[in-house]
Amino acid sequence: MRKVVTAPASVLSRPAAEVDPADPEIVRLAEDLVAVMRASPGCVGLAAPQVGVSARVFCVDVTGHPKAATTHGTFVLCNATILEAGRWRPGREGCMSVPDLTGDVKRAARIVVEGLRPGTGEKITITTDAFEARAVQHEIDHCAGKLFLDRVAGAHAVYQRKIYL
Amino acid sequence: MHELAITVIGPDRTGIVADVSEALAAVGANLTDSTMTRLRGHFAMTLICTGPAEAEAVQALRRVGGVLATVRPVEPETGTAAAGEPYQLSVHGADRLGIVAAVARVVAAVGANITDLTTRLSGPLYVLVAEVDVPAGAGDELAERLAVAAAELDVDVTLRRAESEIL
Ligand SMILES: [Zn+2]
Repeated sequence: MRKVVTAPASVLSRPAAEVDPADPEIVRLAEDLVAVMRASPGCVGLAAPQVGVSARVFCVDVTGHPKAATTHGTFVLCNATILEAGRWRPGREGCMSVPDLTGDVKRAARIVVEGLRPGTGEKITITTDAFEARAVQHEIDHCAGKLFLDRVAGAHAVYQRKIYL
Repeated sequence: MHELAITVIGPDRTGIVADVSEALAAVGANLTDSTMTRLRGHFAMTLICTGPAEAEAVQALRRVGGVLATVRPVEPETGTAAAGEPYQLSVHGADRLGIVAAVARVVAAVGANITDLTTRLSGPLYVLVAEVDVPAGAGDELAERLAVAAAELDVDVTLRRAESEIL
């Protein structure tokens, strides 16, 4: 099982490279990300930089989450980009790579995202909302070398996290 | 490692944070947690640092002109505070004596802990915003008691869950 790296780690702060979704190493990375996500209680998404690999790959699964509306089950996207974003909403989020802090971050509650499926390289477009949209934006940020800390809504919007899952 | 609790307050001006933090860095003070904010034209800094002896920190801050500073040694945090459920509390209404006292007393009465609090007086309007750690399951009781206090104080109170999602 790959280990989750935590900030400050340089891999979390640099924009990750685009990948070839057909590369067997990327396919294995995608499988490993899903495995780590499933093995981590409460984890609804994981990006490659979080396991120390600077690659534009992430997985998300918000199935059953109370704040989710539209859900697409477990999916992995390579080289994902956001095509449309709207309905910005504040929300408090934390990150496995920043274990002791949370922060208030505005995210679009409705997005259209495009990426490539690992293995086939098939281009897919996902339209989603609510919590799944927040998770996707958080993971795409990881791929761009950004943490939620880069987006907090002001000097009083970072909190010590006291609840452990 | 011993820790120092430091407060610095002075008329706000450009460079006050740079001056104070440089003076502390020069004596090897490593700032850990801090809040620094402008209060009615005064700039107030409250911080914990490690490194220098108390006398060194006092000396360093004395060299910064125009600020009032206090330095005292404190014991490092032992263990972690009991985990509660995070809530955000907002109060606003006409300014009157004792709003903070009354609200804080209600919070304490249910065993909840204020972890951050800001107040602002803007003309006749008084605003209080706080982060509160509420014992598991006590949120509804706190909300009810706050509603009673709010009616007495003639202010509006909102208590809402500040739940965070780990992504
Ligand atoms: Zn994250």
